[in-house]
Amino acid sequence: MEKKIALSMRGITKRFGSVVANHNVDLDVYEGEILSILGGNGCGKTTLMNMISGIYFPDEGKIFKNGEEVVIRSPKDAFDLRIGMIHQHFKLVDLFTAAENIVLGINEKGQHNMKSVNSRVAQIAEKYGFHIDPQKKIYDMSVSEKQTVEIIKVLYRGADILILDEPTAVLTPQEIERLFEVLRRMKADGKSIIIITHKLHEVLSVSDRVAILRKGEHIATVDTCDATESSLTEMMVGKKVTLDIDRSEPVNVQLRLEVKELNCIDSEGIQVLKDITFTANSGEILGIAGIAGSGQKELLEAIAGLQPIASGQIIFNNPKKDKPVTFFHKSMYRVKELAAQDAFHDKEGKPMRLKGMSNAQIRAQVAAENVLFREDEVMNLRGKTPLEIRSLGVRLSFVPEDRLGMGLVGSMGITDNMMLRSYRKGHGGFVDRKKPKALAEDIIKELEVSTPGVNTPVRRLSGGNVQKVLVGREIAFAPKVLMAAYPVRGLDINSSYTIYNLLNKQKQNGVAVIFVGEDLDVLLALCDRIMVINSGKITGMVDARSATKEEIGLLMTQTEAPTKEVAQ
Amino acid sequence: MSEQKKTAAHEPLFHLAKRSSVNPVAAMGIRLAAIVLGLLVCGLVAFALIEKLQNNPGKIGDFYYSFIKGSFTSERKLWKFLKNMAVLQCISLAVTPAFRMRFWNIGAEGQTLMGVLGAITMAFYFGGKVPEWQLLIMMFIAALIYGAVWAVIPALFKAKWNTNETLFTLMMNYVATYVVSYFLVIWVPSGSSTLGKLKFGKLPPLPFGNQYLLIILISLALTIFLFIYLKYSKQGYEISVVGESIRTAQYSGINVKKVIIRTMVVSGLLCGLAGFIIGAGLDQSVTTESVGGQGFTAIIVSWLANFNPLFMIVTSALISLLNSGAAQISQDFNVSGALPDVIVGIILFFIIGCEFFINYKFVFRHKETGKGAAK
Amino acid sequence: MNVWLNFLIESLAFGAVFMYGSTGEILTEKAGHLNLGIPGIMCMGGAGGCLVLNIIGPMNLHPVLVVILGVLGSLAMSMLMGLIYSFLTVTLRANQNVTGLALTTFGVGLMKVIMIKLDPTVYLVGPKKIFRWPFAERTDALQYLGVLFFVAVAIALIASWVLYRTKVGLRLRAVGENPGTADAVGVNVTKYKYLATCIGSGIAGLGGFYNIIDYQASQEAYLSLEAFGWLSIALVIFALWRPHMTIIGSTVFGFLFSCSSYIANIEGITVTMAAKPLLKMLPYVVTILVLIITSIRNKRENQPPASLGLAYFREER
Repeated sequence: MEKKIALSMRGITKRFGSVVANHNVDLDVYEGEILSILGGNGCGKTTLMNMISGIYFPDEGKIFKNGEEVVIRSPKDAFDLRIGMIHQHFKLVDLFTAAENIVLGINEKGQHNMKSVNSRVAQIAEKYGFHIDPQKKIYDMSVSEKQTVEIIKVLYRGADILILDEPTAVLTPQEIERLFEVLRRMKADGKSIIIITHKLHEVLSVSDRVAILRKGEHIATVDTCDATESSLTEMMVGKKVTLDIDRSEPVNVQLRLEVKELNCIDSEGIQVLKDITFTANSGEILGIAGIAGSGQKELLEAIAGLQPIASGQIIFNNPKKDKPVTFFHKSMYRVKELAAQDAFHDKEGKPMRLKGMSNAQIRAQVAAENVLFREDEVMNLRGKTPLEIRSLGVRLSFVPEDRLGMGLVGSMGITDNMMLRSYRKGHGGFVDRKKPKALAEDIIKELEVSTPGVNTPVRRLSGGNVQKVLVGREIAFAPKVLMAAYPVRGLDINSSYTIYNLLNKQKQNGVAVIFVGEDLDVLLALCDRIMVINSGKITGMVDARSATKEEIGLLMTQTEAPTKEVAQ
Repeated sequence: MSEQKKTAAHEPLFHLAKRSSVNPVAAMGIRLAAIVLGLLVCGLVAFALIEKLQNNPGKIGDFYYSFIKGSFTSERKLWKFLKNMAVLQCISLAVTPAFRMRFWNIGAEGQTLMGVLGAITMAFYFGGKVPEWQLLIMMFIAALIYGAVWAVIPALFKAKWNTNETLFTLMMNYVATYVVSYFLVIWVPSGSSTLGKLKFGKLPPLPFGNQYLLIILISLALTIFLFIYLKYSKQGYEISVVGESIRTAQYSGINVKKVIIRTMVVSGLLCGLAGFIIGAGLDQSVTTESVGGQGFTAIIVSWLANFNPLFMIVTSALISLLNSGAAQISQDFNVSGALPDVIVGIILFFIIGCEFFINYKFVFRHKETGKGAAK
Repeated sequence: MNVWLNFLIESLAFGAVFMYGSTGEILTEKAGHLNLGIPGIMCMGGAGGCLVLNIIGPMNLHPVLVVILGVLGSLAMSMLMGLIYSFLTVTLRANQNVTGLALTTFGVGLMKVIMIKLDPTVYLVGPKKIFRWPFAERTDALQYLGVLFFVAVAIALIASWVLYRTKVGLRLRAVGENPGTADAVGVNVTKYKYLATCIGSGIAGLGGFYNIIDYQASQEAYLSLEAFGWLSIALVIFALWRPHMTIIGSTVFGFLFSCSSYIANIEGITVTMAAKPLLKMLPYVVTILVLIITSIRNKRENQPPASLGLAYFREER
């Protein structure tokens, strides 16, 4: 049977400033089909769909609905063309019931007759197999119920093209299955459904065709029956690009951070981290790969003491420290015994065997704190606030994803931002701006931050410069662990390389670096090990020197954890 | 919210964008233009309201001259202007720490009134029974405590249960009013509820200079103190961070609840101090109108100065200038004593409105919009 | 008539002043705008109505026409105030608290300037009888239940009906809760904010007019209007943002506020002078308690509208 084209795009291009989000995209959607849009982070999937739903207006190109050229300038235009989009962040009024949200803004004559609205909602729900209580308030609803409301809202307006932006990201496997069932029924009803997703097995199980986008360009559209996970991954990740990042061999690798069976539940009751167990070592860069929103943010924030932890441990191993021997815990006999075993050393690091010394002499040496031994400090960071973590002497630096909303204060200058984590230092009630100012000047010079001055609000700086300021500050505290979330997002090539070099230098200095990234080429070129997470679970740990992009891509998109042992 | 978004194309000719940076000279120019425009409108309104002007339009010059005449033509007027400004400045300083934290404390009226009450309570009960200097210290401490208590109550509820602070502090103003009238009834047996000037507990003027000099100096000292507190102290730094972003504050390890409560205590203490100045320094008495709406005006003064204590000298001077000028007008042109409020109100509309043109810009469609609207 | 019943009726009549004020304020707040200019708006509503009555006084118009013109004058003036407020806060996105306070300063001042110029024998003496129809000749509390009292009750009920039972109300509440969502489904946020503020201001203004011409019906009535304006804002919280609840709330407030002077007339009860201010304080204390209790219980329906006090700027969502 010849299928009719419901919607087609020709030569769509959209630029944001100098960034090209979509370039010359052609795409067709048929009636009665489910089309998946597949692509990695930042490939322009959502932007493309936003142009159909009236959020953005394309810079170039044309859109045709049922063969006629149409202009979509607002969500309302899209609705009038019977196109509806279900965004990742639901647009619902919490205080309203499902039915009220569904009819909000609809232009019908007279008043909304809530009885007939309810029965129409029930009708739609029955037709496609939803479960919904139209009288239930949104704030009482689970995420999946809210999504149902969004879908019915679109259907109620008579949409025959539905776009779902990552609809499964927030759902449980059972809920996903139910959603797919609904989608299949809609398809049978002749509706066109576009789902944006990263999850390969979902693509394969639900869609008829797959369009693959990469870096804003449309790579191909294939029939699902002809596709396999590996063929899709290959198209999605593309050919390996060799990057010119100097990667040194890990030096003096020691256990630094140990995360054990960490579980986190967010404020909406969703389990965002499930049984996360891994280690981060000094002198190496641990990469974390995963689709955006797989729990990276929560993981780093949990370690930093910003995210409540449901269960699990975060153990920090402070590097060995010289400590003076005391007789508080040890008897003279034990001290002599240990000394004979080369356990002690003096302030120069030379072994101290205490041979030939009288007890009195030994006592004197110990009292003068000349007899030292090395000890690891092991601390559990679970349930500690950032301040408590710092006062324990744990030098943990964190470059958060939200630079201006969390890492920096946008309205303050670089100097004041330098103090953000250290302003408490020093006695008295006043802040010391001398050292931060010197630090600010250092960072401006070292990292070539272009700014009118140390007191220019950082909000006015470009993204790359903002990031240099943030990373510069976090590195300046000589961390033992450095966590960086998407540190090169939105940065140009030069700034990105500055950041890579900084991270590498930290690694050589014996810092345990945790790098959350989205570009697989970068992860492969920069890191030593790469941990892959998906939906809050670890799906693999690979050696960055030998792993391939496809391998990681598969781990990122598979929902089921691989059965093989996770490599350490 | 923080997501950077490109402008949707459905705005027809132009769209609005927040300016990422504000040119201070241009901003000043816009504000000046707004004041001039406001004064022109005041002139028009004056024609509608003042019969003397309608009969003799040539007097319009006198009308505008009154703004200078009200404050500067005699030494007495100048001192009075400075005194008014000093009191307003004190209360404006008091509301500022909370505002910088984005805690919308509109309870300065009540907090200051409680300060006055605290001071006068001491003077009423202990006046003549303890040495004057001791009494003054007691008044000072009582004023501070009364003000701080009145301020910290809403803060505690805000920190614990996120109770809406704007509405809470607003209500506290009226409770304070009736607390004062309650004490007036108790203190004044005659039933007139008017407490005359008390004999004791008067802040002595400086041995030199004008009787108001001390108050003016206190206010100046307070301005410098608060400027330093906000800019150079650790607590001031914490206030700024909390005001900018709660997330950043948590990231840097700040205990947000503690900062909210502590800052409101500071605001309340300063309100109490302003109350002490009014009670011990000026009135030696308390009425429900002791603060006379200055607690509300102070909010405007502080906001206009962008919560900067030094700029506040300018804005409180401006408001005081308008007030005494308008009072001069009602005297000279023989109109109702409420005219100053009308004139101040009109000018405020223009100054408030002009902030829009400072913070936003119009971006026309055909122009390349560049970086879009950063938050 | 029973002295207590008399008292209740007077509380009702007195409460109508706040009923107008808080119904108007609720509409504005439901659109996300905390309008602290309400006292000024009520003042100007009173002044506007009296100004018209003062002009038409000598014309000997039909009583119905007098009522209508008076009300129109009041509406026009207070809606103009509402327009100033909405232009500043909606279009120019000015800080709502600051704008409201400036509006109150302006409105109270201008009202005083206007009222002093008017002749009470013209705007008050004749019209009072007309407005107090049908009980104008009574000497007990019933005399206060004039036309505008019933209008107040009707407006409160209609406002509740509109807010909770109509399409317009649904959209208005959506604007106050989540303007971004309302905007996305095609509700004209700006239009709704303007309409709610201006209509709300008009309603509040009628309260001022009612107080001067009907309830207090005295030459000095306008002087207490500002205080009643603030009380109206308190009543909004007490009524949990539901207009029909203001009917009960305003009676309670009216009772508490006036019982200090009234109770003394009732046999067997003596109110000491000192208790009067405490009784007058009660409405505010009760309001604070309501505010605290609702925040502790955290029931979503009883909270202030979610976007209250925040300017909406589409580009920022």
